[in-house]
Amino acid sequence: MAADAGRYTLTLSRRTKRRKAVNLLMQGIATLAALSAVAVLALVIASVAERGAGALSWDFFTKTAATFGESGGGVANALVGSLVLVALATAMALPVGVLIAIYVSEFAKPRIADASKLVLDVLNGLPSIIIGVFVYGLLVVGSGQAAWKGSFALAIIMLPLVARSTQEVLALVPATLREGALALGASRWRTVLGVVLPTSLGGILTGTVLAVARAAGETAPLLFVTSIAANTVTWDPRQPVLSIPVDIFALSESPDPADHARAWALALVLISFILVASLTARAALVRYRSRLER
Amino acid sequence: MPAVAPIEIAQAREAPLSAAGREAVFETRGLTVSYGKALAVAGVDLSIYRNLVTAIIGPSGCGKSTYLRSLNRMNDLIPAARVEGEVLYHGQNIYADGVDPVEVRRRIGMVFQKPNPFPKSIYDNVAWGLRVLGMKDDLDGRVERALTQAALWDEVKDRLKKGAFGLSGGQQQRLCLARAIAVEPDVVLLDEPASALDPIATSKIEDLMHELKNEYTLVIVTHNMQQAARVADMTAFFTLERSESGGHGVLVEYDETPKIFTQPSDKRTEGYVTGRFG
Repeated sequence: MAADAGRYTLTLSRRTKRRKAVNLLMQGIATLAALSAVAVLALVIASVAERGAGALSWDFFTKTAATFGESGGGVANALVGSLVLVALATAMALPVGVLIAIYVSEFAKPRIADASKLVLDVLNGLPSIIIGVFVYGLLVVGSGQAAWKGSFALAIIMLPLVARSTQEVLALVPATLREGALALGASRWRTVLGVVLPTSLGGILTGTVLAVARAAGETAPLLFVTSIAANTVTWDPRQPVLSIPVDIFALSESPDPADHARAWALALVLISFILVASLTARAALVRYRSRLER
Repeated sequence: MPAVAPIEIAQAREAPLSAAGREAVFETRGLTVSYGKALAVAGVDLSIYRNLVTAIIGPSGCGKSTYLRSLNRMNDLIPAARVEGEVLYHGQNIYADGVDPVEVRRRIGMVFQKPNPFPKSIYDNVAWGLRVLGMKDDLDGRVERALTQAALWDEVKDRLKKGAFGLSGGQQQRLCLARAIAVEPDVVLLDEPASALDPIATSKIEDLMHELKNEYTLVIVTHNMQQAARVADMTAFFTLERSESGGHGVLVEYDETPKIFTQPSDKRTEGYVTGRFG
């Protein structure tokens, strides 16, 4: 019996002490790594806000750039330009992206589906400047810049993001739901339209917003395709337009310190837009889910 | 309208009906299903009769669900599944060229092991199939009738627009049953419909089957022998036949339910129903 004395003790032995210490250490390192990601985001937002907030004004949002020698002026044309570019790009990329996802997840044979996913991932990995050059060669050479051409370039960037994120949420729809619909005598397409897509709407929305956020911040493809624009607000996609990221770049190159402040302010607007969009998408997702579960 | 009766787990069941003189809805001849190289179920010859409840029982892995899913071409959805032999539905082979699986499933509905309501309102769960199949006249009436037949109407009539996920598991399964019968199928296949439910919900589903067989032909897969004894008129016993490549399901015996449970003619059936194996 005496030999068994240690067997049931519940206090820490030397070996378990060491294991516990290692456990604590690794837990600490992992937590720190996670915190550093949050810290980087917080620092970026804080520094942009600090330098940019001062330049925000009513004029900043409503006026176009002041002509040389005058003070004041704003970035209204860049704001409207980005809105037009991104809206049009979303209108192009969303339907095609969702259709690609439906094909990959619902109709393609496994091998073709895998190949399609790989192609989308490669497309997603293409440097955006290359897409810019491609669209420049395809659409701009000979006929000049236009907003819709910029949207086309942005749509190419959004396409794999929308398609892949949609395909991933479609894959999460339980097979039993599809079976339930098919067992009623619904065709594959009606099943997708009536059951699979509505079930994954929240996820599709979130993926789209992330793609929109990415497109809104893209600079490189727009430099060739829509950057030399008149200093007026235009909603016409046939005209070249200025955009937020291109204008940030242009303003930061300017010799005027007031323009630097405007560049920071514009960066703040861009970050805020992306944050608000992401949070809204998330909130919409939560509301959508709770409505289903009630 | 069936009132919500006080629950009696051990209800005296009605005497099972006889298959004699009934029309065969399904006749499977030499039905063999394999997934890739693995044989799941082999050589099943079985006739399923109109307006009866036919139970398929047997140990796990004996291919009873696979067999059931071959009756409405649900196995088509599994890319590697291959079906040989014939499934005659009112004399037509449902695997013949030119037969559309969508048409097959429209006539042969299915209720699954786990309740799988759509993420829609209770009303839309039942109405969706009707809309898809163009049965849009008197939609409200059809939905009410289906929910009433599934003994769910009284429980949900005040919350039709609420989501189906708010229902209990048993209610969800009855909703799935309502959804299946709303489109007026000829046959309803039930794949262990009560295995995820508690005994009270189970007994409701079983009571429903007695009601529903007046209008539909029901085929139920169950691993619960008592359930088969309670609900089925005819019972088929499947078992797993070991072979060098693993094993596959075979039909051992098919007869009227009381005979299967009291005087089976095969030793393996006897062993199973008396609880000596399986």
